[in-house]
Amino acid sequence: MIISIKKTFKGGVHPEEYKELTAHKSFEEIPAPEEISIPLSQHLGKESIPVVKKNDKVKIGTLIAKENGFISAPVHSSIAGTVSSISKTFLQTGFQKTSIVIKKDSSNETEFLQPLDYDTVSSQEIIQRVREAGIVGLGGAAFPTYVKLSPPSDKKIDYIILNACECEPYLTRDYRLILERTEEVIKGLLLIMRATNVQNGVIGIEDNKPEAIEKLKEVLSNYPQIRLIVLKTKYPQGAEKILIKAVLGREVPPGKLPLDVGVIVQNVGTAIAIYDAVTKGIPSIYAYMTVSGKGIKEPKNLIVPIGTPLKNVIDFCGGLTDDAKRIVIGGPMMGFAQFDLSIPVTKATSGLLVLTEEEVKEYPETNCLRCGICVSVCPLNLTPTRLVRLIQKKRFEEAAKLNISLCMECGTCAFSCPAYIPLVQWLRLGKQWAISNKV
Amino acid sequence: MSMNERVNQKEFEYRTSPHLHSKFSTTKVMWLVNLSLLPCLISAVIFFGFYQLVIVFTAIVFSVFTEFLIQKLTKQKVTITDGSAFLTGLLLALTLPPNFSLSATAIGSIFAIGIGKQVFGGLGYNIFNPALAGRAFLQAAFPVEITTWTKPAFSVDAVTSATPLAAFKYDKVLTELKLLIIGNVGGCIGETSAIAILIGGIFLILIGIVNYRIPLAMIVGIFLFGGIFNVIDPAKYPPPIFHLFAGGFMLGAFFMATDYVTSPFTSKGMWIYGLGISLVIVIIRLFGGVPEGVMYSILFMNAFVPLINRYTIPKPFGLKE
Repeated sequence: MIISIKKTFKGGVHPEEYKELTAHKSFEEIPAPEEISIPLSQHLGKESIPVVKKNDKVKIGTLIAKENGFISAPVHSSIAGTVSSISKTFLQTGFQKTSIVIKKDSSNETEFLQPLDYDTVSSQEIIQRVREAGIVGLGGAAFPTYVKLSPPSDKKIDYIILNACECEPYLTRDYRLILERTEEVIKGLLLIMRATNVQNGVIGIEDNKPEAIEKLKEVLSNYPQIRLIVLKTKYPQGAEKILIKAVLGREVPPGKLPLDVGVIVQNVGTAIAIYDAVTKGIPSIYAYMTVSGKGIKEPKNLIVPIGTPLKNVIDFCGGLTDDAKRIVIGGPMMGFAQFDLSIPVTKATSGLLVLTEEEVKEYPETNCLRCGICVSVCPLNLTPTRLVRLIQKKRFEEAAKLNISLCMECGTCAFSCPAYIPLVQWLRLGKQWAISNKV
Repeated sequence: MSMNERVNQKEFEYRTSPHLHSKFSTTKVMWLVNLSLLPCLISAVIFFGFYQLVIVFTAIVFSVFTEFLIQKLTKQKVTITDGSAFLTGLLLALTLPPNFSLSATAIGSIFAIGIGKQVFGGLGYNIFNPALAGRAFLQAAFPVEITTWTKPAFSVDAVTSATPLAAFKYDKVLTELKLLIIGNVGGCIGETSAIAILIGGIFLILIGIVNYRIPLAMIVGIFLFGGIFNVIDPAKYPPPIFHLFAGGFMLGAFFMATDYVTSPFTSKGMWIYGLGISLVIVIIRLFGGVPEGVMYSILFMNAFVPLINRYTIPKPFGLKE
């Protein structure tokens, strides 16, 4: 095991972390609500197909929707009860999608998958289990994990990176998972390595989590095949491409995937989900998440049954303060603001933040100062100021030529802009043009 | 009020990411730069007397007032509190000779904001550093007054009222380095004390407002180009360290060339720009008709900034080789 300290990438920012609000708090289980609505689009790809109908009885873990095509994932019930309807509900992204609404009964019966033996489970069995358990990438993108674990045979994978950066401010889910379930996180990574038949496992973690690093070092002494790499804390280090660059120095070319440079990146939350699915047979029905921000009375780390409305989560954390201003799902840099608290928690919900006036304070927008701060912080080496000026003048082709489609909307530029120009919004507009005109 | 009522009343903002912002704003940046010029102002008072504050005050008042008037007349939003017109006035004053006439100061300030900045579209759109544009105008309009120097306060025999650059150019007198660094020499109000400028300049670099690349590129450039000539003929050409501390080089490197609007936004561009400025400075100082060349060099390189930006756009991630 080699520990190399302070690797990082070029650019980026270091926002105030606010992790102290929840860093010391153990996970608590939130009681299942009387009624939940489980969306069929909790992943990237096609909406799953319901396999239950109104009035069907379901248990905790019962399959309620099957995968639909190659890039999709099955969905399971997170409570025991009766299907009361299949209807449209709003999701955290702002779209209306089909959900299965289930009314709880008092049975609390479970219907998990058959646990498999950790020591003997084969590559095929792991991938099959990840698939049938409906596991998706829990770092935020919610890409079906089994697809990632089954790269085309012509792609040679030589590294699995476990993403323990958690570079978004406030979030402490992965941190708490490492502290509370260290061995299982590592075993999750080993299962991923076994599934993909890759010998090199690396854990990338930022140096703002000394306790987690100590804990990992301690347990990793029994697992010499895994390297721990401590990175200098900087946002957006947890972005897949950026992490690969920071850890291995490899750059994923535009339009390509990590597997094109021989790497698969998995998040700590995903590793735990895989471990639980394989060794305990638990499908993806619980979201491990951080509820934080100065607008919530008691910030906590929670284990939440998927489909639970945000309102219940907020109530469980003592409710909102009077100066609560913005409710965000995910991290503050890339998360989605919410307008409706009946929106359900999904598999990949890693955080619920309630931010106050003070935290989201903005100044009026001014002219661009051409200060170049956005250029120097952009982790993808783009020139946001130039791109945005082109987009504002509707010179979309030129923006496309300057590789606007590469932008991952990490928000680093807009975060740093002293003129408070909504750079990310403009960049999205330009990207949209590039996508619809296939540039 | 219940949570649902609060949601229904749209008490919560619904907007897209990012939801956090760094602590900097245009206004904050401008006022911090103004603040970082305080040491220069103090050195000006120490070496040239309290009257310099009157010049500074005049320049600021006329700059801010000109900005206000033009924005009112052209029905733009009035932005005089953002500190940028204040900064232009302050910087202009610091580049004037001590005891400069107040009416000329006022004219320079009006030109700096009116022609140097607002004609181009205001903050963010001007091509030339407004303070230096005003200074260049005064140089043309008041050629005698603007080269009339005052002896610094603690004159010893070696110190003349002539600036160190003029003393070298015309009499081949090399001013003592110690005097140059402290600032006890003839020169413009805010340019003589290297220490005072460095305090402010390094402060701005440390808090992340000024990118270190431009000042560093200029310093590297002055050693490189000044050094080459010094090696060729040490009797005729002064050592680079003299170039560094004499005249307006330090003030130019940390406060003029680093003006956001008129300097490149790419890293490579900043190097080209900084080196270019130093090259032109050395050429003017050694071969030009005037002893000092910092102002013209920066204005000259300002003109190339759009071109430099265009050709130094970095290669995006994943496209390098």
